[in-house]
Amino acid sequence: MSEISNQLENLSYKAQQIANEASQLASSVVDTSGGHSDFIIFGITVLVLACFVGYYVVWSVTPALHSPLMGVTNAISSVIIVGALLAAGPIDSTISKYFGLVAVGLAAVNIFGGFVVTNRMLSMFKKK
Amino acid sequence: MSNLTTAAYLISSVLFILSLRGLSHPSTARRGNFLGILGMTIAIVTTLANPGVLSYKEIGIAFLIGGLIGTSIAVRIQMTALPQLVAAFHSLVGLAAVFVAASAYYNPSAFNIGNVGAIPMGSLIEMSIGTAIGAVTFTGSIIAFGKLQGFVSGNPLVFKGQHFLNLLLGLGIIALIVKFCIDQNQELFWLIVAASFVIGVLLIVPIGGADMPVIVSMLNSYSGWAAAGIGFTLSNNLLIITGALVGSSGAILSYIMCKGMNRSFLNVLLGGFGGEQAASADGVKDDRQAKQGNAADAAFMMKNSKTIIIVPGYGMAVAQAQHALREMGDLLKGAGAEVRYAIHPVAGRMPGHMNVLLAEANVPYDEVLELDEINRDFSETDVAFVIGANDVTNPAAKTDKTSAIYGMPILDVENAGQVFFVKRGMASGYAGVQNELFFRDNTLMLFGDAKKVCEDIIKGLEN
Repeated sequence: MSEISNQLENLSYKAQQIANEASQLASSVVDTSGGHSDFIIFGITVLVLACFVGYYVVWSVTPALHSPLMGVTNAISSVIIVGALLAAGPIDSTISKYFGLVAVGLAAVNIFGGFVVTNRMLSMFKKK
Repeated sequence: MSNLTTAAYLISSVLFILSLRGLSHPSTARRGNFLGILGMTIAIVTTLANPGVLSYKEIGIAFLIGGLIGTSIAVRIQMTALPQLVAAFHSLVGLAAVFVAASAYYNPSAFNIGNVGAIPMGSLIEMSIGTAIGAVTFTGSIIAFGKLQGFVSGNPLVFKGQHFLNLLLGLGIIALIVKFCIDQNQELFWLIVAASFVIGVLLIVPIGGADMPVIVSMLNSYSGWAAAGIGFTLSNNLLIITGALVGSSGAILSYIMCKGMNRSFLNVLLGGFGGEQAASADGVKDDRQAKQGNAADAAFMMKNSKTIIIVPGYGMAVAQAQHALREMGDLLKGAGAEVRYAIHPVAGRMPGHMNVLLAEANVPYDEVLELDEINRDFSETDVAFVIGANDVTNPAAKTDKTSAIYGMPILDVENAGQVFFVKRGMASGYAGVQNELFFRDNTLMLFGDAKKVCEDIIKGLEN
Protein backbone atom coordinates (compact mmCIF):
# COMPACT_ATOMS: atom_id res chain seq x y z
CA MET A 1 0.00 0.00 0.00
CA SER A 2 2.71 2.39 1.05
CA GLU A 3 4.65 1.35 -2.06
CA ILE A 4 1.77 2.28 -4.33
CA SER A 5 1.32 5.60 -2.64
CA ASN A 6 5.06 6.21 -3.00
CA GLN A 7 4.90 5.41 -6.70
CA LEU A 8 1.89 7.67 -7.08
CA GLU A 9 3.77 10.46 -5.42
CA ASN A 10 6.72 9.85 -7.73
CA LEU A 11 4.45 9.87 -10.75
CA SER A 12 2.71 13.03 -9.78
CA TYR A 13 6.13 14.63 -9.17
CA LYS A 14 7.26 13.59 -12.65
CA ALA A 15 4.04 14.85 -14.16
CA GLN A 16 4.64 18.15 -12.48
CA GLN A 17 8.16 18.28 -13.94
CA ILE A 18 6.93 17.51 -17.43
CA ALA A 19 4.25 20.16 -17.13
CA ASN A 20 6.87 22.67 -16.00
CA GLU A 21 9.12 21.83 -18.93
CA ALA A 22 6.23 22.06 -21.33
CA SER A 23 5.24 25.46 -20.08
CA GLN A 24 8.87 26.63 -20.29
CA LEU A 25 9.14 25.37 -23.86
CA ALA A 26 5.88 27.03 -24.75
CA SER A 27 7.02 30.34 -23.34
CA SER A 28 10.33 30.16 -25.20
CA VAL A 29 8.44 29.41 -28.42
CA VAL A 30 6.37 32.51 -27.80
CA ASP A 31 9.59 34.45 -27.23
CA THR A 32 11.20 33.44 -30.49
CA SER A 33 8.39 33.15 -33.00
CA GLY A 34 5.16 34.51 -31.63
CA GLY A 35 7.05 37.22 -29.77
CA HIS A 36 8.59 38.47 -32.94
CA SER A 37 5.45 38.57 -35.02
CA ASP A 38 3.95 40.55 -32.18
CA PHE A 39 6.83 42.96 -32.53
CA ILE A 40 6.06 43.59 -36.21
CA ILE A 41 2.63 44.94 -35.32
CA PHE A 42 4.06 46.84 -32.37
CA GLY A 43 6.92 48.15 -34.52
CA ILE A 44 4.57 49.34 -37.25
CA THR A 45 2.54 51.16 -34.59
CA VAL A 46 5.68 52.89 -33.40
CA LEU A 47 6.74 53.66 -36.97
CA VAL A 48 3.42 55.27 -37.89
CA LEU A 49 3.26 57.34 -34.71
CA ALA A 50 6.89 58.44 -35.14
CA CYS A 51 6.11 59.54 -38.71
CA PHE A 52 3.43 61.83 -37.31
CA VAL A 53 5.83 63.23 -34.72
CA GLY A 54 8.38 63.73 -37.49
CA TYR A 55 5.82 65.44 -39.70
CA TYR A 56 4.91 68.07 -37.11
CA VAL A 57 8.43 68.59 -35.82
CA VAL A 58 9.94 69.01 -39.27
CA TRP A 59 7.29 71.48 -40.46
CA SER A 60 8.17 73.61 -37.46
CA VAL A 61 11.79 73.87 -38.61
CA THR A 62 12.48 77.30 -40.06
CA PRO A 63 13.40 77.16 -43.78
CA ALA A 64 16.60 79.08 -43.04
CA LEU A 65 17.83 76.03 -41.12
CA HIS A 66 16.99 73.37 -43.69
CA SER A 67 20.67 72.66 -44.38
CA PRO A 68 21.49 72.09 -40.68
CA LEU A 69 18.34 69.94 -40.52
CA MET A 70 19.85 67.70 -43.18
CA GLY A 71 23.10 67.63 -41.23
CA VAL A 72 21.39 66.55 -38.01
CA THR A 73 19.11 63.99 -39.65
CA ASN A 74 22.13 62.60 -41.43
CA ALA A 75 23.95 62.24 -38.14
CA ILE A 76 21.07 60.66 -36.25
CA SER A 77 20.23 58.23 -39.03
CA SER A 78 23.60 56.72 -38.11
CA VAL A 79 21.86 55.38 -35.01
CA ILE A 80 22.09 52.27 -37.16
CA ILE A 81 25.39 51.93 -35.28
CA VAL A 82 23.31 50.16 -32.60
CA GLY A 83 22.90 47.26 -35.02
CA ALA A 84 26.52 47.51 -36.09
CA LEU A 85 27.75 47.26 -32.47
CA LEU A 86 25.65 44.17 -31.80
CA ALA A 87 27.00 42.62 -34.99
CA ALA A 88 30.60 43.46 -34.10
CA GLY A 89 30.14 42.38 -30.48
CA PRO A 90 31.00 38.65 -30.43
CA ILE A 91 34.53 37.77 -29.39
CA ASP A 92 35.10 35.12 -32.11
CA SER A 93 36.36 36.07 -35.58
CA THR A 94 33.58 35.51 -38.06
CA ILE A 95 32.66 37.18 -41.35
CA SER A 96 29.59 38.55 -39.62
CA LYS A 97 31.71 40.27 -37.00
CA TYR A 98 33.88 41.95 -39.62
CA PHE A 99 30.80 43.20 -41.46
CA GLY A 100 29.72 44.66 -38.14
CA LEU A 101 33.07 46.36 -37.60
CA VAL A 102 32.97 47.95 -41.07
CA ALA A 103 29.46 49.19 -40.33
CA VAL A 104 30.66 50.65 -37.01
CA GLY A 105 33.38 52.57 -38.87
CA LEU A 106 31.01 53.85 -41.56
CA ALA A 107 28.42 54.94 -39.03
CA ALA A 108 31.11 56.65 -36.93
CA VAL A 109 32.20 58.73 -39.96
CA ASN A 110 28.62 59.89 -40.25
CA ILE A 111 27.98 60.55 -36.59
CA PHE A 112 31.08 62.68 -36.13
CA GLY A 113 30.92 64.25 -39.59
CA GLY A 114 27.22 65.03 -39.33
CA PHE A 115 27.27 66.59 -35.88
CA VAL A 116 30.50 68.52 -36.45
CA VAL A 117 29.41 70.01 -39.76
CA THR A 118 26.00 70.93 -38.31
CA ASN A 119 27.67 72.62 -35.38
CA ARG A 120 29.87 74.54 -37.80
CA MET A 121 26.84 75.70 -39.78
CA LEU A 122 24.85 76.69 -36.71
CA SER A 123 27.70 78.61 -35.12
CA MET A 124 27.67 80.93 -38.14
CA PHE A 125 24.04 82.00 -37.75
CA LYS A 126 24.16 85.29 -35.89
CA LYS A 127 21.67 87.99 -35.08
CA LYS A 128 22.15 91.61 -36.06
CA MET B 1 16.02 43.50 -23.93
CA SER B 2 16.07 44.58 -20.31
CA ASN B 3 13.80 47.32 -19.06
CA LEU B 4 16.76 49.56 -18.33
CA THR B 5 18.01 49.26 -21.92
CA THR B 6 14.55 49.95 -23.29
CA ALA B 7 14.27 53.04 -21.10
CA ALA B 8 17.67 54.31 -22.22
CA TYR B 9 16.73 53.85 -25.88
CA LEU B 10 13.49 55.71 -25.24
CA ILE B 11 15.44 58.62 -23.75
CA SER B 12 17.63 58.70 -26.87
CA SER B 13 14.56 58.77 -29.11
CA VAL B 14 13.09 61.68 -27.17
CA LEU B 15 16.41 63.54 -27.33
CA PHE B 16 16.49 63.09 -31.12
CA ILE B 17 12.97 64.49 -31.42
CA LEU B 18 13.95 67.48 -29.24
CA SER B 19 17.08 67.95 -31.30
CA LEU B 20 15.01 68.44 -34.47
CA ARG B 21 12.58 70.58 -32.54
CA GLY B 22 15.47 72.89 -31.56
CA LEU B 23 15.93 73.79 -35.23
CA SER B 24 12.68 75.76 -35.21
CA HIS B 25 14.72 78.88 -34.45
CA PRO B 26 18.40 79.80 -34.90
CA SER B 27 18.63 80.79 -31.22
CA THR B 28 17.77 77.27 -29.99
CA ALA B 29 19.41 75.35 -32.82
CA ARG B 30 22.81 74.78 -31.24
CA ARG B 31 21.22 73.37 -28.12
CA GLY B 32 19.24 71.09 -30.43
CA ASN B 33 22.41 69.80 -32.01
CA PHE B 34 23.84 69.17 -28.55
CA LEU B 35 20.75 67.15 -27.56
CA GLY B 36 21.26 65.08 -30.68
CA ILE B 37 24.85 64.33 -29.66
CA LEU B 38 23.66 63.42 -26.16
CA GLY B 39 21.00 61.07 -27.57
CA MET B 40 23.56 59.36 -29.78
CA THR B 41 25.99 58.97 -26.87
CA ILE B 42 23.30 57.34 -24.72
CA ALA B 43 22.36 54.99 -27.56
CA ILE B 44 25.97 53.91 -28.11
CA VAL B 45 26.83 53.46 -24.42
CA THR B 46 23.62 51.49 -23.81
CA THR B 47 24.42 49.16 -26.69
CA LEU B 48 28.01 48.68 -25.52
CA ALA B 49 26.64 47.56 -22.14
CA ASN B 50 24.74 44.75 -23.87
CA PRO B 51 26.12 41.39 -22.62
CA GLY B 52 26.56 40.22 -26.23
CA VAL B 53 29.02 43.03 -26.96
CA LEU B 54 32.49 41.91 -25.90
CA SER B 55 35.06 42.95 -28.49
CA TYR B 56 35.61 46.43 -27.13
CA LYS B 57 39.10 46.79 -28.55
CA GLU B 58 38.17 46.19 -32.19
CA ILE B 59 35.02 48.24 -31.88
CA GLY B 60 37.01 51.08 -30.32
CA ILE B 61 39.49 51.04 -33.18
CA ALA B 62 36.77 51.02 -35.87
CA PHE B 63 34.89 53.79 -34.09
CA LEU B 64 38.02 55.91 -33.66
CA ILE B 65 39.07 55.57 -37.30
CA GLY B 66 35.59 56.47 -38.50
CA GLY B 67 35.30 59.32 -36.05
CA LEU B 68 38.65 60.80 -37.07
CA ILE B 69 37.81 60.61 -40.77
CA GLY B 70 34.36 62.13 -40.22
CA THR B 71 35.63 64.95 -38.03
CA SER B 72 38.53 65.90 -40.27
CA ILE B 73 36.26 66.04 -43.33
CA ALA B 74 33.60 68.05 -41.51
CA VAL B 75 36.11 70.57 -40.17
CA ARG B 76 37.76 71.18 -43.53
CA ILE B 77 34.81 71.15 -45.94
CA GLN B 78 33.97 74.44 -47.65
CA MET B 79 30.41 75.58 -47.11
CA THR B 80 29.82 75.78 -50.87
CA ALA B 81 30.53 72.03 -51.02
CA LEU B 82 27.92 71.13 -48.38
CA PRO B 83 25.47 69.45 -50.78
CA GLN B 84 28.01 66.92 -52.02
CA LEU B 85 29.23 66.31 -48.46
CA VAL B 86 25.71 65.50 -47.32
CA ALA B 87 25.21 63.23 -50.34
CA ALA B 88 28.46 61.41 -49.53
CA PHE B 89 27.42 60.95 -45.90
CA HIS B 90 24.05 59.52 -46.96
CA SER B 91 25.83 56.91 -49.02
CA LEU B 92 27.67 55.75 -45.88
CA VAL B 93 24.43 55.25 -43.95
CA GLY B 94 23.13 53.16 -46.84
CA LEU B 95 26.27 51.04 -46.96
CA ALA B 96 26.28 50.60 -43.19
CA ALA B 97 22.69 49.32 -43.40
CA VAL B 98 23.77 46.74 -46.00
CA PHE B 99 26.63 45.57 -43.79
CA VAL B 100 24.44 45.30 -40.69
CA ALA B 101 21.86 43.29 -42.62
CA ALA B 102 24.56 41.02 -44.06
CA SER B 103 25.94 40.50 -40.59
CA ALA B 104 22.49 39.63 -39.26
CA TYR B 105 22.10 37.13 -42.10
CA TYR B 106 25.39 35.35 -41.33
CA ASN B 107 25.02 35.42 -37.55
CA PRO B 108 21.34 35.78 -36.68
CA SER B 109 21.80 34.62 -33.10
CA ALA B 110 23.64 37.89 -32.25
CA PHE B 111 20.34 39.65 -33.02
CA ASN B 112 18.06 37.04 -31.42
CA ILE B 113 16.46 36.13 -34.72
CA GLY B 114 17.01 32.39 -34.84
CA ASN B 115 19.90 30.48 -36.38
CA VAL B 116 21.70 30.31 -39.72
CA GLY B 117 19.34 28.86 -42.30
CA ALA B 118 16.43 29.02 -39.86
CA ILE B 119 15.67 32.72 -39.64
CA PRO B 120 11.96 33.47 -39.14
CA MET B 121 10.10 34.70 -42.22
CA GLY B 122 9.28 38.10 -40.71
CA SER B 123 12.94 38.85 -40.00
CA LEU B 124 13.94 37.78 -43.51
CA ILE B 125 11.43 40.17 -45.06
CA GLU B 126 12.62 43.06 -42.88
CA MET B 127 16.25 42.22 -43.48
CA SER B 128 15.93 42.06 -47.26
CA ILE B 129 13.88 45.25 -47.50
CA GLY B 130 16.36 47.08 -45.25
CA THR B 131 19.21 45.80 -47.42
CA ALA B 132 17.55 46.87 -50.65
CA ILE B 133 16.81 50.39 -49.41
CA GLY B 134 20.32 50.69 -47.97
CA ALA B 135 21.92 49.57 -51.23
CA VAL B 136 19.81 51.97 -53.33
CA THR B 137 20.74 54.80 -50.95
CA PHE B 138 24.41 53.90 -51.26
CA THR B 139 24.83 53.98 -55.05
CA GLY B 140 22.17 56.68 -55.55
CA SER B 141 24.01 58.98 -53.16
CA ILE B 142 27.33 58.27 -54.84
CA ILE B 143 25.92 59.34 -58.21
CA ALA B 144 24.34 62.42 -56.62
CA PHE B 145 27.71 63.19 -55.02
CA GLY B 146 29.44 62.77 -58.38
CA LYS B 147 26.99 65.12 -60.10
CA LEU B 148 27.33 67.78 -57.42
CA GLN B 149 31.11 67.47 -57.28
CA GLY B 150 31.42 67.43 -61.06
CA PHE B 151 32.87 63.90 -61.38
CA VAL B 152 29.76 62.89 -63.29
CA SER B 153 28.16 65.25 -65.80
CA GLY B 154 25.32 67.26 -64.27
CA ASN B 155 23.33 66.80 -67.47
CA PRO B 156 20.57 64.24 -67.33
CA LEU B 157 21.57 60.94 -68.89
CA VAL B 158 18.53 59.63 -70.69
CA PHE B 159 18.30 56.57 -72.91
CA LYS B 160 15.53 54.64 -74.55
CA GLY B 161 13.67 52.13 -72.41
CA GLN B 162 15.18 53.57 -69.22
CA HIS B 163 11.98 53.54 -67.22
CA PHE B 164 11.10 50.11 -68.51
CA LEU B 165 14.50 48.83 -67.40
CA ASN B 166 14.00 50.36 -63.95
CA LEU B 167 10.59 48.75 -63.72
CA LEU B 168 12.01 45.36 -64.68
CA LEU B 169 14.80 45.70 -62.13
CA GLY B 170 12.34 46.78 -59.45
CA LEU B 171 10.12 43.76 -60.11
CA GLY B 172 13.25 41.59 -60.23
CA ILE B 173 14.26 42.78 -56.76
CA ILE B 174 10.80 41.98 -55.39
CA ALA B 175 10.99 38.50 -56.91
CA LEU B 176 14.46 38.00 -55.44
CA ILE B 177 13.23 39.08 -52.01
CA VAL B 178 10.34 36.63 -52.17
CA LYS B 179 12.65 33.80 -53.20
CA PHE B 180 15.19 34.78 -50.55
CA CYS B 181 12.54 34.67 -47.84
CA ILE B 182 11.70 31.12 -48.84
CA ASP B 183 15.17 29.71 -49.57
CA GLN B 184 17.38 31.83 -47.24
CA ASN B 185 20.08 31.34 -49.85
CA GLN B 186 23.21 33.50 -49.54
CA GLU B 187 23.60 33.98 -53.32
CA LEU B 188 20.10 35.45 -53.34
CA PHE B 189 21.03 37.86 -50.57
CA TRP B 190 23.96 39.23 -52.56
CA LEU B 191 21.88 39.30 -55.75
CA ILE B 192 19.40 41.57 -53.96
CA VAL B 193 22.31 43.82 -52.96
CA ALA B 194 23.74 43.87 -56.49
CA ALA B 195 20.41 44.57 -58.19
CA SER B 196 19.68 47.35 -55.70
CA PHE B 197 23.10 48.88 -56.37
CA VAL B 198 22.30 48.96 -60.09
CA ILE B 199 18.86 50.47 -59.65
CA GLY B 200 20.31 53.13 -57.33
CA VAL B 201 22.59 54.27 -60.16
CA LEU B 202 19.87 54.10 -62.80
CA LEU B 203 17.43 56.12 -60.70
CA ILE B 204 19.76 59.10 -60.30
CA VAL B 205 21.62 59.35 -63.66
CA PRO B 206 18.63 60.83 -65.57
CA ILE B 207 18.24 63.67 -63.09
CA GLY B 208 19.78 67.06 -63.87
CA GLY B 209 22.14 68.98 -61.61
CA ALA B 210 19.68 71.65 -60.47
CA ASP B 211 17.13 69.04 -59.43
CA MET B 212 19.66 67.78 -56.91
CA PRO B 213 18.02 69.55 -53.94
CA VAL B 214 15.07 67.21 -54.38
CA ILE B 215 17.32 64.20 -54.82
CA VAL B 216 19.56 64.96 -51.85
CA SER B 217 16.43 65.33 -49.69
CA MET B 218 15.00 62.13 -51.11
CA LEU B 219 18.17 60.19 -50.33
CA ASN B 220 18.10 61.72 -46.85
CA SER B 221 14.65 60.20 -46.53
CA TYR B 222 15.83 56.81 -47.85
CA SER B 223 18.67 56.64 -45.35
CA GLY B 224 16.04 57.04 -42.63
CA TRP B 225 13.86 54.26 -44.01
CA ALA B 226 16.92 52.00 -44.24
CA ALA B 227 17.59 52.61 -40.53
CA ALA B 228 13.95 51.90 -39.71
CA GLY B 229 14.14 48.66 -41.71
CA ILE B 230 17.13 47.51 -39.68
CA GLY B 231 15.18 48.57 -36.57
CA PHE B 232 12.54 45.97 -37.41
CA THR B 233 15.19 43.29 -37.80
CA LEU B 234 16.59 44.16 -34.37
CA SER B 235 13.14 44.67 -32.80
CA ASN B 236 14.51 48.02 -31.71
CA ASN B 237 12.17 50.99 -31.30
CA LEU B 238 14.97 53.55 -31.20
CA LEU B 239 15.99 52.70 -34.76
CA ILE B 240 12.39 52.69 -35.93
CA ILE B 241 11.59 56.07 -34.34
CA THR B 242 14.80 57.69 -35.57
CA GLY B 243 14.35 56.17 -39.02
CA ALA B 244 10.81 57.53 -39.20
CA LEU B 245 11.97 61.01 -38.10
CA VAL B 246 14.70 61.12 -40.72
CA GLY B 247 12.47 59.52 -43.33
CA SER B 248 9.67 62.03 -42.87
CA SER B 249 12.12 64.93 -42.65
CA GLY B 250 13.64 64.04 -46.01
CA ALA B 251 10.22 63.49 -47.55
CA ILE B 252 8.97 66.90 -46.37
CA LEU B 253 12.09 68.63 -47.69
CA SER B 254 11.62 66.93 -51.08
CA TYR B 255 8.01 68.09 -51.08
CA ILE B 256 9.01 71.69 -50.28
CA MET B 257 11.62 71.63 -53.06
CA CYS B 258 9.15 70.21 -55.59
CA LYS B 259 6.61 72.85 -54.66
CA GLY B 260 9.30 75.51 -55.07
CA MET B 261 9.63 74.39 -58.69
CA ASN B 262 5.95 73.61 -59.22
CA ARG B 263 6.83 70.11 -60.34
CA SER B 264 5.56 66.82 -59.10
CA PHE B 265 7.90 64.48 -57.32
CA LEU B 266 7.31 61.90 -60.05
CA ASN B 267 8.23 64.44 -62.71
CA VAL B 268 11.59 65.06 -60.97
CA LEU B 269 12.20 61.33 -60.50
CA LEU B 270 11.50 60.48 -64.12
CA GLY B 271 14.29 62.91 -64.90
CA GLY B 272 15.45 64.32 -68.19
CA PHE B 273 14.70 67.87 -67.07
CA GLY B 274 17.23 70.65 -67.61
CA GLY B 275 20.79 70.61 -68.83
CA GLU B 276 21.83 71.03 -72.43
CA GLN B 277 18.96 69.12 -73.93
CA ALA B 278 16.31 71.40 -72.57
CA ALA B 279 18.34 74.43 -73.52
CA SER B 280 18.66 73.36 -77.12
CA ALA B 281 15.03 72.30 -77.27
CA ASP B 282 14.07 75.89 -76.58
CA GLY B 283 15.98 76.77 -79.71
CA VAL B 284 14.30 80.02 -80.71
CA LYS B 285 16.87 82.75 -81.17
CA ASP B 286 16.17 86.00 -79.42
CA ASP B 287 17.19 89.11 -81.33
CA ARG B 288 16.34 91.57 -78.61
CA GLN B 289 19.19 93.42 -77.00
CA ALA B 290 19.60 93.52 -73.26
CA LYS B 291 20.92 96.72 -71.74
CA GLN B 292 24.39 96.25 -70.40
CA GLY B 293 25.78 98.24 -67.52
CA ASN B 294 29.07 98.34 -65.67
CA ALA B 295 30.02 98.14 -62.03
CA ALA B 296 30.56 101.90 -61.71
CA ASP B 297 26.99 102.63 -62.87
CA ALA B 298 25.62 100.05 -60.46
CA ALA B 299 27.65 101.44 -57.58
CA PHE B 300 26.44 104.97 -58.29
CA MET B 301 22.78 104.00 -58.54
CA MET B 302 22.80 101.80 -55.44
CA LYS B 303 24.58 104.44 -53.40
CA ASN B 304 21.60 106.72 -53.99
CA SER B 305 18.91 104.15 -53.14
CA LYS B 306 17.03 103.76 -49.91
CA THR B 307 16.00 100.10 -50.14
CA ILE B 308 17.89 97.23 -51.73
CA ILE B 309 16.98 93.55 -51.94
CA ILE B 310 19.68 91.08 -52.93
CA VAL B 311 18.60 87.82 -54.60
CA PRO B 312 21.39 85.23 -54.44
CA GLY B 313 21.40 81.98 -56.42
CA TYR B 314 23.63 79.03 -57.14
CA GLY B 315 25.90 81.23 -59.29
CA MET B 316 26.91 83.10 -56.15
CA ALA B 317 27.96 79.82 -54.52
CA VAL B 318 29.94 78.72 -57.58
CA ALA B 319 31.82 82.02 -57.68
CA GLN B 320 32.30 82.00 -53.86
CA ALA B 321 30.97 85.56 -53.97
CA GLN B 322 29.21 85.57 -50.59
CA HIS B 323 31.97 87.43 -48.71
CA ALA B 324 32.37 90.12 -51.36
CA LEU B 325 28.59 90.42 -51.51
CA ARG B 326 28.32 90.96 -47.77
CA GLU B 327 31.06 93.59 -47.93
CA MET B 328 29.13 95.36 -50.66
CA GLY B 329 25.99 95.16 -48.53
CA ASP B 330 27.82 96.64 -45.53
CA LEU B 331 29.07 99.59 -47.58
CA LEU B 332 25.55 100.24 -48.86
CA LYS B 333 24.18 100.07 -45.33
CA GLY B 334 26.87 102.53 -44.34
CA ALA B 335 25.61 104.83 -47.09
CA GLY B 336 22.16 104.76 -45.48
CA ALA B 337 20.35 102.06 -47.48
CA GLU B 338 18.28 99.23 -46.05
CA VAL B 339 19.78 95.98 -47.39
CA ARG B 340 17.94 92.66 -47.21
CA TYR B 341 18.30 89.28 -48.85
CA ALA B 342 15.54 87.24 -50.50
CA ILE B 343 15.90 83.47 -50.68
CA HIS B 344 13.91 81.31 -53.07
CA PRO B 345 13.10 77.80 -51.72
CA VAL B 346 15.12 76.11 -54.47
CA ALA B 347 18.08 78.50 -54.59
CA GLY B 348 21.32 76.55 -54.43
CA ARG B 349 21.89 72.82 -54.55
CA MET B 350 20.35 71.80 -51.24
CA PRO B 351 17.55 73.14 -49.02
CA GLY B 352 18.70 76.18 -47.07
CA HIS B 353 22.07 76.29 -48.86
CA MET B 354 21.99 80.07 -49.47
CA ASN B 355 21.15 80.77 -45.82
CA VAL B 356 24.26 78.89 -44.70
CA LEU B 357 26.50 80.66 -47.22
CA LEU B 358 25.22 84.08 -46.19
CA ALA B 359 25.60 83.16 -42.52
CA GLU B 360 29.15 82.09 -43.29
CA ALA B 361 29.79 85.55 -44.72
CA ASN B 362 28.48 87.04 -41.45
CA VAL B 363 25.17 88.27 -42.81
CA PRO B 364 22.82 88.41 -39.78
CA TYR B 365 20.00 85.90 -40.18
CA ASP B 366 17.28 88.48 -39.53
CA GLU B 367 18.25 90.25 -42.77
CA VAL B 368 17.71 87.06 -44.77
CA LEU B 369 14.08 86.48 -45.67
CA GLU B 370 12.07 83.74 -47.35
CA LEU B 371 10.01 84.22 -50.49
CA ASP B 372 6.66 84.59 -48.68
CA GLU B 373 8.07 87.08 -46.21
CA ILE B 374 9.61 89.49 -48.68
CA ASN B 375 7.88 89.09 -52.03
CA ARG B 376 5.39 91.93 -51.47
CA ASP B 377 8.17 94.36 -50.66
CA PHE B 378 9.74 94.40 -54.12
CA SER B 379 7.24 97.01 -55.34
CA GLU B 380 8.47 99.42 -52.67
CA THR B 381 12.12 98.66 -53.31
CA ASP B 382 14.51 100.86 -55.23
CA VAL B 383 16.97 98.20 -56.36
CA ALA B 384 16.77 94.42 -56.77
CA PHE B 385 20.27 92.94 -57.11
CA VAL B 386 20.08 89.46 -58.61
CA ILE B 387 23.33 87.55 -58.30
CA GLY B 388 23.66 84.07 -59.74
CA ALA B 389 19.91 83.42 -59.88
CA ASN B 390 17.81 83.30 -63.03
CA ASP B 391 14.79 81.01 -63.39
CA VAL B 392 13.46 81.94 -59.93
CA THR B 393 12.96 85.55 -61.09
CA ASN B 394 11.41 84.83 -64.48
CA PRO B 395 7.98 86.47 -64.77
CA ALA B 396 7.10 84.00 -67.55
CA ALA B 397 6.30 81.57 -64.73
CA LYS B 398 3.29 83.74 -63.92
CA THR B 399 2.09 84.61 -67.42
CA ASP B 400 3.28 82.14 -70.06
CA LYS B 401 1.33 78.91 -69.86
CA THR B 402 3.59 77.25 -72.43
CA SER B 403 6.73 77.89 -70.40
CA ALA B 404 8.54 74.96 -68.79
CA ILE B 405 8.50 76.81 -65.49
CA TYR B 406 4.87 77.96 -65.61
CA GLY B 407 3.32 78.00 -62.14
CA MET B 408 6.59 78.03 -60.27
CA PRO B 409 6.54 80.57 -57.43
CA ILE B 410 8.97 83.36 -58.32
CA LEU B 411 10.52 86.38 -56.66
CA ASP B 412 8.82 89.46 -58.14
CA VAL B 413 12.04 91.38 -58.76
CA GLU B 414 10.51 93.08 -61.81
CA ASN B 415 8.42 95.23 -59.46
CA ALA B 416 11.52 96.93 -58.10
CA GLY B 417 12.50 100.35 -59.42
CA GLN B 418 15.73 99.06 -60.90
CA VAL B 419 16.93 95.49 -61.45
CA PHE B 420 20.58 94.47 -61.72
CA PHE B 421 21.42 91.03 -63.05
CA VAL B 422 24.87 89.70 -62.32
CA LYS B 423 25.50 86.92 -64.86
CA ARG B 424 28.38 85.40 -66.71
CA GLY B 425 26.59 85.62 -70.06
CA MET B 426 23.21 85.66 -71.75
CA ALA B 427 22.74 81.88 -71.52
CA SER B 428 19.35 80.75 -70.35
CA GLY B 429 18.87 79.22 -66.93
CA TYR B 430 18.64 75.60 -65.92
CA ALA B 431 15.09 75.19 -67.20
CA GLY B 432 16.30 76.28 -70.64
CA VAL B 433 13.87 79.19 -70.69
CA GLN B 434 14.84 82.71 -71.77
CA ASN B 435 14.25 85.26 -69.03
CA GLU B 436 12.31 88.19 -70.49
CA LEU B 437 13.35 90.33 -67.55
CA PHE B 438 16.71 90.80 -69.27
CA PHE B 439 15.02 92.92 -71.92
CA ARG B 440 12.96 95.18 -69.71
CA ASP B 441 13.63 98.92 -69.49
CA ASN B 442 14.39 98.84 -65.79
CA THR B 443 16.91 95.99 -66.07
CA LEU B 444 20.64 96.41 -66.37
CA MET B 445 22.89 93.41 -67.00
CA LEU B 446 26.23 93.24 -65.22
CA PHE B 447 28.24 90.61 -67.06
CA GLY B 448 31.11 88.86 -65.37
CA ASP B 449 32.09 86.55 -62.54
CA ALA B 450 29.85 87.21 -59.54
CA LYS B 451 32.74 87.76 -57.14
CA LYS B 452 34.60 90.04 -59.55
CA VAL B 453 31.49 92.15 -60.17
CA CYS B 454 30.92 92.57 -56.42
CA GLU B 455 34.53 93.62 -55.91
CA ASP B 456 34.26 96.15 -58.74
CA ILE B 457 31.11 97.60 -57.20
CA ILE B 458 32.88 97.81 -53.83
CA LYS B 459 35.65 99.82 -55.51
CA GLY B 460 33.02 102.07 -57.06
CA LEU B 461 31.34 102.57 -53.69
CA GLU B 462 34.58 103.40 -51.95
CA ASN B 463 35.44 106.14 -54.45
